[in-house]
Amino acid sequence: MTADMLSHDLSLLTPELMLAGGAMALLMLGVFLKGAGTPRLVHVATIGLLVAAGFAALFLTGDDGQAFGGAFVLDPLAKYSKVAITLAAAVALLLALPYLESEKLSKIEFPVLVALAVTGMVMMVSANDLISMYMAVELQSLALYVLAAFNRDSLRASEAGLKYFVLGALSSGLLLYGASLVYGFSGSTGFNEIAIAVAGEPSIGLIFGLVFVICGLAFKVSAAPFHMWTPDVYEGAPTPVTALFASAPKMAAIVLLARVLLEPFGGMIDQWRDVIWIIAVLSMGVGAFGALTQQNFKRLMAYSSIGNIGYALVAIAAASQTGIWALLIFMSLYMISVIGTFSAMLSMRTREGMVEQISDLAGLAQTNPGLGWSLTALMFSIGGLPFFVGFFGKFFVVFSAVQSDLLILAVLAVLFSVVSAAYYLRIIKVMWFDPPEVTFVQPAMSVYWVTRVAGWSTLLLLPALGWLIYQAFSVGLDVL
Amino acid sequence: MFSELDAFLSILTFTPAIGAVIIAVFRFASRPEDQGLIDRNSRMVALGTTLVTLFFAVVMMFEFDPAVAGFQFVHEVVWLEQIGMGYRMGVDGISVLFVLLTAFLMPICILASGAIEKRVADYMIAFLLLETLILGVFTALDLVVFYVFFEGGLIPMFLIIGVWGGQNRVYAAFKFFLYTLLGSVLMLVAMIYMFLQAGTTDITVLLDTAFTPQAQTWLWLAFFASFAVKMPMWPVHTWLPDAHVQAPTAGSVILAGVLLKMGGYGFLRFSLPMFPDASAYFAPMVFVLSLIAIIYTSLVAFRQTDIKKLIAYSSVAHMGFVTLGLFSMNMLGVQGAIFQMISHGFISSALFLCVGVIYDRMHTREIAFYGGVVHKMPVFAAIFGLFAMANVGLPGTSGFIGEIMTMIGGYQVAWWVGAGAAVGVILSAVYMLTVYRDVIFGEITNPKLNTLTDLNRTEWIIFVPLIIMTLLLGVCSTLVTDITAASVEALISNYDAALAAPAQ
Repeated sequence: MTADMLSHDLSLLTPELMLAGGAMALLMLGVFLKGAGTPRLVHVATIGLLVAAGFAALFLTGDDGQAFGGAFVLDPLAKYSKVAITLAAAVALLLALPYLESEKLSKIEFPVLVALAVTGMVMMVSANDLISMYMAVELQSLALYVLAAFNRDSLRASEAGLKYFVLGALSSGLLLYGASLVYGFSGSTGFNEIAIAVAGEPSIGLIFGLVFVICGLAFKVSAAPFHMWTPDVYEGAPTPVTALFASAPKMAAIVLLARVLLEPFGGMIDQWRDVIWIIAVLSMGVGAFGALTQQNFKRLMAYSSIGNIGYALVAIAAASQTGIWALLIFMSLYMISVIGTFSAMLSMRTREGMVEQISDLAGLAQTNPGLGWSLTALMFSIGGLPFFVGFFGKFFVVFSAVQSDLLILAVLAVLFSVVSAAYYLRIIKVMWFDPPEVTFVQPAMSVYWVTRVAGWSTLLLLPALGWLIYQAFSVGLDVL
Repeated sequence: MFSELDAFLSILTFTPAIGAVIIAVFRFASRPEDQGLIDRNSRMVALGTTLVTLFFAVVMMFEFDPAVAGFQFVHEVVWLEQIGMGYRMGVDGISVLFVLLTAFLMPICILASGAIEKRVADYMIAFLLLETLILGVFTALDLVVFYVFFEGGLIPMFLIIGVWGGQNRVYAAFKFFLYTLLGSVLMLVAMIYMFLQAGTTDITVLLDTAFTPQAQTWLWLAFFASFAVKMPMWPVHTWLPDAHVQAPTAGSVILAGVLLKMGGYGFLRFSLPMFPDASAYFAPMVFVLSLIAIIYTSLVAFRQTDIKKLIAYSSVAHMGFVTLGLFSMNMLGVQGAIFQMISHGFISSALFLCVGVIYDRMHTREIAFYGGVVHKMPVFAAIFGLFAMANVGLPGTSGFIGEIMTMIGGYQVAWWVGAGAAVGVILSAVYMLTVYRDVIFGEITNPKLNTLTDLNRTEWIIFVPLIIMTLLLGVCSTLVTDITAASVEALISNYDAALAAPAQ
């Protein structure tokens, strides 16, 4: 009987087990195999592992349900996120290999750390207990701290890692403190039990605890006013690591935040909606105005990600089925665009080395039309301008807000999108209007194709949007 | 023929985009040293594509039944079924002429781009995409599809102004883009609200949906923010002179000829039929704004030293007649407004082309630089004279019909509306005749002008169709009014019925 239950519980965790076991096996392999090609071998094997885990999440996990006494949940929301997270991380890792080799950073630890971080992420989206939530968050965070400082000889990378670690530890403290308050006042750490406890009139202690939990998670998604670390970490970390930071962990943290707010604390919507409302507006504002004067492309993308997380929070504030599928569509399209953008950034290499100023893009539409046009499409897409798919991401977010009668929030969201359009246009202006200055060397094959595919997908995904919505739609129906 | 096909309108709309893709494929597949060849051929491909589009548009015009008030050539594809969004196309008597106007002006624009020498292939791609996006605005029968085309048109125009524009092009491109985007995003929220109220984005359904007067007020204002900027109406017209002055000639032509008409079309398609109560409530405000536009911008035009800027301000004044006619909501006024938009599409395009002719030769648009051009370019002087007169509203040209119809339409509402518009007609004669005298007549005092040569063959080809259309519509106004009559009549009777119905 117990063995049956255990095998049932473990079958739900197939992707997590694959990732955890695979990461350790690859670490062993890397340590024992001596040879120049080992880092590359481990790297490629990890990409395969991530893709396999994504497929496992999609096909092998069996029926939805809860495991380990409700500490772990598998539902369509978790499945969808797991597939998105593993695939995004796999592409980020694919982009990293040529960069690491040319910067002499190729070590076996890099892919293993990514695999461990992804293990944390896929657990985050399935967390159904305060303890499993905290453990998952810490697992991904610790791996990411190390990745941020992976180029340890670089002063900026070390600074980025340290900053990320100190602020991340602070946010973990807030999260833990909030979790302990919630436990104290609800009498349980399980989300199912908390949901019952908060029904009716919630106590002041629960509200306090919830606010701390929100603050802790807001750090992880880099929502304003907890965004201070983002520009420095984005700028300092190696570019492929930034590509990873901007995609998969954001998805994991925002899905976790959505689950925490809508499932255990769904009964306290009146209390948390205002908090999310304010955080969303602040994030969109900081993202829009902060990026206007940036000269460094990576810093600009940091502010852009703060702004975009603001839109994701708008969908959470809607607190509806529409909000959930709008969030998933928005984040999926955002991840595709942002990985494409960082891939374009990885193509910004001159004979002297990598460059990352916006002015280095001058005249790109003429000197390197393939890259220039792709990046143009990506910028328009992230900016949310029609005809590009990014528009529909933002459209559904605003749609969910209007549906939930959050009209002021919806109007603010579209107004901030006009402000943010100004800096996406500035990049396009540099590429199209300015005379060429530097020429880039031919990028690696993987970087070249990821940029192109992501760029074209901003248009070619349009007919497939109906299918994507169908997937996300069924997820939305299941939550709430 | 293929007009029987369901997807006929989509084929018409996306034909230019296919041309753009063809140019793009060759542009990317070619080696850098073949770029000159690609540039030369892209002109021919673009011209051919726009001519094919024009052919489709003419076929559509012949198959179009003006007696039917509803939408024709309707085409519907399931797209986002779960939430009631679809891809829907169709035209009625109001939109069909704008489709034809767009298709008519585009080959002229391509021909008028001879002076473009750098990055020709990119330029042609941008123009062809722009044509698809404009055609889509006029053929869309779905809110979201409409918005996507409406907004999407900003992107190629931004690049056209910014890459091939004049000295201050970056400023003008940003101002154009952000100004119109800011106007439009509020409309997006309003569209979403309507979507949620009606449960669909199908425009034909929304036309029959009654919104509460309270909601109408807000929705009307949100749509107004977008269309007023696009028209442009005073006081949100300031982006237009900058954009016009900096844009290349063909960009100005398409901007004045078609892009401005999107605002007027939007009023006709959304504001008036969907929010009748709010339209009636706000009509006096629109009249005042229109009269200010007509009189004030005419005075501003008079003080300009740059010919292109003068014509840009004159466009704002003429668009004032359009809004005035639309909101008078009687048969003459609305028909006149549509007529005025079509006629202005020919006249202002021709005027910008005239400026382009002398700019290409002298590379300046300063009025003071010129004088006595008639001695060197008699044919040009005659053509410029014809369009200047048409712009003033001389009887016998299409400009007269549009102005007189809207004026009478306005007069039927209130005497001061008609009277104010009449003042505008006088003022337009003042600035137009002044600039014409300063540029064309007098002795040649500037020795540089002695090198001027008269129109070449391409310029002849460009001007002849425009001359024909201006004169033809001037004497045979039923060509337009017969087509629009049924749809406008339905629009007005629905409007009156909605106003007569007791408020919920």
